[in-house]
Amino acid sequence: MAEQIIFYILAALIAVFSVLAVTSKQIIRSATYLLFVLLGTAGLYLLLGYHYLFAVQIAVYAGGVMVLFIFAILLTNRPGENVKAERKDRRIAAGITSVAGLAFCGHIIYWNVNKAYTLLVPAEQKVQDIGLKLMGTEKYQYLLPFEFISVLLLACIVGAIMIARKR
Amino acid sequence: MLQPLELTNLLSWLDTTLRDSMPVFWVLLIEFVLVAVALLAAYAILAIILIYAERKITAFFQARFGPNRVGIYGILQSIADVIKILLKEIIRINNVDRFLFFAAPFFMIVASMLTFGAIPFGKMLHAIDFNIGVLYVTAVSSLGIIGVLLAGWSSNNKYSMIGAMRSGAQFVSYELSAGFALMTIVVLTGTMSFSEMIAKQEFCWNIFNGHISSIIAFVIYLISGHAETNRGPFDLPEAESELTAGYHTEYSGLQFGFFYLAEYLNMFIIASIATTVFLGGWMPIQIPGLDGFNQVMWYIPSYAWFFGKTGVLIFLSLWVRWSFPRLRIDQLLNLEWKYLLPINLVNILIMVILVLAGLTLTDLFPVLAP
Repeated sequence: MAEQIIFYILAALIAVFSVLAVTSKQIIRSATYLLFVLLGTAGLYLLLGYHYLFAVQIAVYAGGVMVLFIFAILLTNRPGENVKAERKDRRIAAGITSVAGLAFCGHIIYWNVNKAYTLLVPAEQKVQDIGLKLMGTEKYQYLLPFEFISVLLLACIVGAIMIARKR
Repeated sequence: MLQPLELTNLLSWLDTTLRDSMPVFWVLLIEFVLVAVALLAAYAILAIILIYAERKITAFFQARFGPNRVGIYGILQSIADVIKILLKEIIRINNVDRFLFFAAPFFMIVASMLTFGAIPFGKMLHAIDFNIGVLYVTAVSSLGIIGVLLAGWSSNNKYSMIGAMRSGAQFVSYELSAGFALMTIVVLTGTMSFSEMIAKQEFCWNIFNGHISSIIAFVIYLISGHAETNRGPFDLPEAESELTAGYHTEYSGLQFGFFYLAEYLNMFIIASIATTVFLGGWMPIQIPGLDGFNQVMWYIPSYAWFFGKTGVLIFLSLWVRWSFPRLRIDQLLNLEWKYLLPINLVNILIMVILVLAGLTLTDLFPVLAP
């Protein structure tokens, strides 16, 4: 009962702030609304009992990515100015793209929700287990993807240095 | 061990009487509300005590008297200040982004409140005991910086803006070091939960257990924690002689009060996390075998141990604050990125080797293990 009430409050918050993040005219306000969406998602993880994911969501998205976003916005020319509306054909194209994306993701989520119910155990994951899963080389262990992500991040850093050095 | 002054009996008595007389839902509701009220009250009272202590200690460092008009030794000074700040007008400023301007102080205070809730104050005085306590604390405390950035931007003031940008750079850099220093101890203890960490430090505090590596981590944590709270010699974001007051220049009344409270409580939170992780938390000093001595130590309640150890660290922080001149921004960033971070990374490796090779004190002297 209490869990459902909290879930509905969080869901409403996430929905409202997602819409606000897209429709707001000021880019810094959009970033703040996006932050609320991310915090709401963290709240959902907490509700599910996935404390590790909850802490990582806050540390990475709210503490890391959003700070970088706000920094980047503050360093651009005039962060407080209202963003102009896009041309009409572009808006239609964006609408079609987002509907297609929604349909695609929705399809995948819809067909996998039943599987998730049977596979996921509603118990707290131990940090040690997560670490072993990420760093192991056996079946259902994910060392290779983990290392690939680090290569991706390395590429990002090299790219950032290249862009910064041009000036 | 006899523990006459401990609050455990009182709390379990309260719990059982409530459970006997009403359904579980109401028991939980009442207990949640009680815990919340207790935490909020502790937050406010600690802030008042800290502000008084800071002003008095600062005065002694500078060979002054400090507050001495309101009450004996000026004890009631901070209470008078609280009444004053509650009665002050919140000035409405034109040309600011009002929503962000009002939201910013709440980010600060909520971030420090959330961290405050996870601190173990004593035996059974622990509101939330997450399995991932250390990670939770580092994650949640990083929310405060968003409040600083938003406050600086939405004030529509160049000084505030510069202060906020400096604060952002400083916080993001030193957060890394603080996190790594805590991770070193996570490697040592093999757990992230505060309660398990304290249980493992019954006879041998973590700072001694990992000898070389732990001491380095402790010093790094104190430096970076000090920098994270924006206090001198790292007080560039506020730097009153350059930036008037940095990111909270435009705030008045209770909104300024929120920033002020959060700053003091962050100092307390850093000190208490250092206490819990390195200095055994609320665990009294005990020596294996000496039962009489241990009994005497247990007569002092656990919360007194906690606040005592934390108080020592806070005094250390004040001492540092009034002993060193303010750093320049390049010195500040050099210190983090060229010295603390590399030392920290090597330090984690040393700790891993110590743990794997069985060279920690509890491995060498099994009598020290809990």
